[in-house]
Amino acid sequence: MSDLTKLTIAEARDALRRGETTSVALTEACLSAIDAADALGAFVHKTPEIALERAAAADQRIKAGDAPDMCGIPLGIKDLFCTEGVASQAASKILEGFRPQYESTVSGQLRDAGAVMLGKLNMDEFAMGSSNETSVYGNAINPWRAGNSDAALTPGGSSGGSAAAVAADLCLAATGTDTGGSIRQPAAFTGIVGLKPTYGRCSRWGIVAFASSLDQAGPMTKTVRDAAIMGAAMMGYDPKDSTSADLPVPDFEAMLTGDIRGRVIGIPREYRMDGMPEEIEALWARGREMLADAGAVIRDISLPHTKYALPAYYVIAPAEASSNLARYDGVRFGYRAKMVPGDGITEMYEKTRAEGFGPEVRRRVMVGTYVLSAGYYDAYYNRARKVRTLIKRDFEEVFAAGVDAILTPATPSAAFALGKKHADPVEMYLNDVFTVTVNLAGLPGLAVPTGLDGAGLPLGLQLIGKPWEEGELLNIGYALEQAAGFVAKPAKWW
Amino acid sequence: MSIDRATAAKVAKLARIRVDEADLPALADEFNAILGFIEQLQELDVSDVEPMVSVTPMQLRRRADVVSDGNQQAKVLANAPDAREGFFAVPKVVE
Repeated sequence: MSDLTKLTIAEARDALRRGETTSVALTEACLSAIDAADALGAFVHKTPEIALERAAAADQRIKAGDAPDMCGIPLGIKDLFCTEGVASQAASKILEGFRPQYESTVSGQLRDAGAVMLGKLNMDEFAMGSSNETSVYGNAINPWRAGNSDAALTPGGSSGGSAAAVAADLCLAATGTDTGGSIRQPAAFTGIVGLKPTYGRCSRWGIVAFASSLDQAGPMTKTVRDAAIMGAAMMGYDPKDSTSADLPVPDFEAMLTGDIRGRVIGIPREYRMDGMPEEIEALWARGREMLADAGAVIRDISLPHTKYALPAYYVIAPAEASSNLARYDGVRFGYRAKMVPGDGITEMYEKTRAEGFGPEVRRRVMVGTYVLSAGYYDAYYNRARKVRTLIKRDFEEVFAAGVDAILTPATPSAAFALGKKHADPVEMYLNDVFTVTVNLAGLPGLAVPTGLDGAGLPLGLQLIGKPWEEGELLNIGYALEQAAGFVAKPAKWW
Repeated sequence: MSIDRATAAKVAKLARIRVDEADLPALADEFNAILGFIEQLQELDVSDVEPMVSVTPMQLRRRADVVSDGNQQAKVLANAPDAREGFFAVPKVVE
């Protein structure tokens, strides 16, 4: 078989079971593609020995005939996941040299299902960013370019390495995490599928924490079917995460019928932003038509507190981050600053954290410290938590009124040039305007590639589902994917 | 509400992040830009709204009160920047 790296998970699974290829062959093809793609900055720690060892074991299991769907499938793992014995540094200097003695629940479930880890993927430092420009490893680069330009574009963030790797066919799929849009925005920027499950579906245990009430892992894949297969393998109850949901995980793939007749799709008027590019508006309208043609009922809805989602997020997420990141003190793991005579323990903490954290992480930790400090806790943090209640209520009301899913743009633009928004943190934050509501409300969200803009860059739409209804959400996404027929690939330049 | 240099210095101290004196004005400006963005939240009347505690209505589970893990000193210390005689080592804290 040629072009093994271009296979989807479903195609590879079926080929493996029919004996038409082997996991070792798939893995070797991916490892060569990775070695030829250093220009993309996607893989930051390569693990070829582990990969080939697991691939050989997977081939044995497939031969024995009891292999799960993910068995033998080569994947990339975001650097935020702790992987036993393999560098896991959340793209931060402060975790330099850290080699976890344990495996995160999600990457462990994939490993136990026989999936093959090819290496660790680039990301924004501690998942704080929307362009993969805050990484200690340097930028990840989007395999897509605008028209005939050779300007480097962002793959989005924070799961930028995951998105670039999947779009460039360096791996069949990758893990991502999403706190405010970090799976869905990079998926949209690179023409792939990204699923953020309902909060509580995937265990957070062993994933470096950013904002614990918002963080959720999910799959980044080439197709909706693959998101269904890999998503199911990542989810499930874990007693080690106190917010993990003790609910059965359905067979999502079996739910992909493409039949969405009578489903009610809400179109929220507040997502029509001033200054939104015409192409995004047109894409959204086309998505609406495609779902209507497939038999869905389109209904205009209102989510009145939408405009307050980003400001609430930029209180809650930094507040939780300032608490979570207090553990990086130079004592138990990672980086410790050089000391001079006379330095005590406070100097050690302060120098370690100043040198170990990059500027965006320092900024968010300090903003979080401020909004939690005495005198401001009620004005900022408690108020943001109340606004979060209102944002969730908006969604509950439309779902109670019979809406099955909500269709919105995934991003306010196509991928932008690296360096373009880096100077202004607030402008960068606006990238998450369509995705962040979903994290605040704990809902599942799916980005589906739906078209190209005038410069030939991919654009995506987002579907938002009801809590725990990922199967229904994926089926509506599958219908959208079938109708859109997105097959474009980036022209190889790397 | 505007953050001045002294407040920026206090926040940096609370966060245990060293910031050079010369960098404080720029830091205060950054805080003010972000807090200006957050300020929109004051427009809403939230007097009768409960602050969210958990996005999914749930009781946090409790585990059995038993020792279920331990005896992993080597693993616990494996990543320490400075470990000696089975302990984490830090600068002297008591004179």
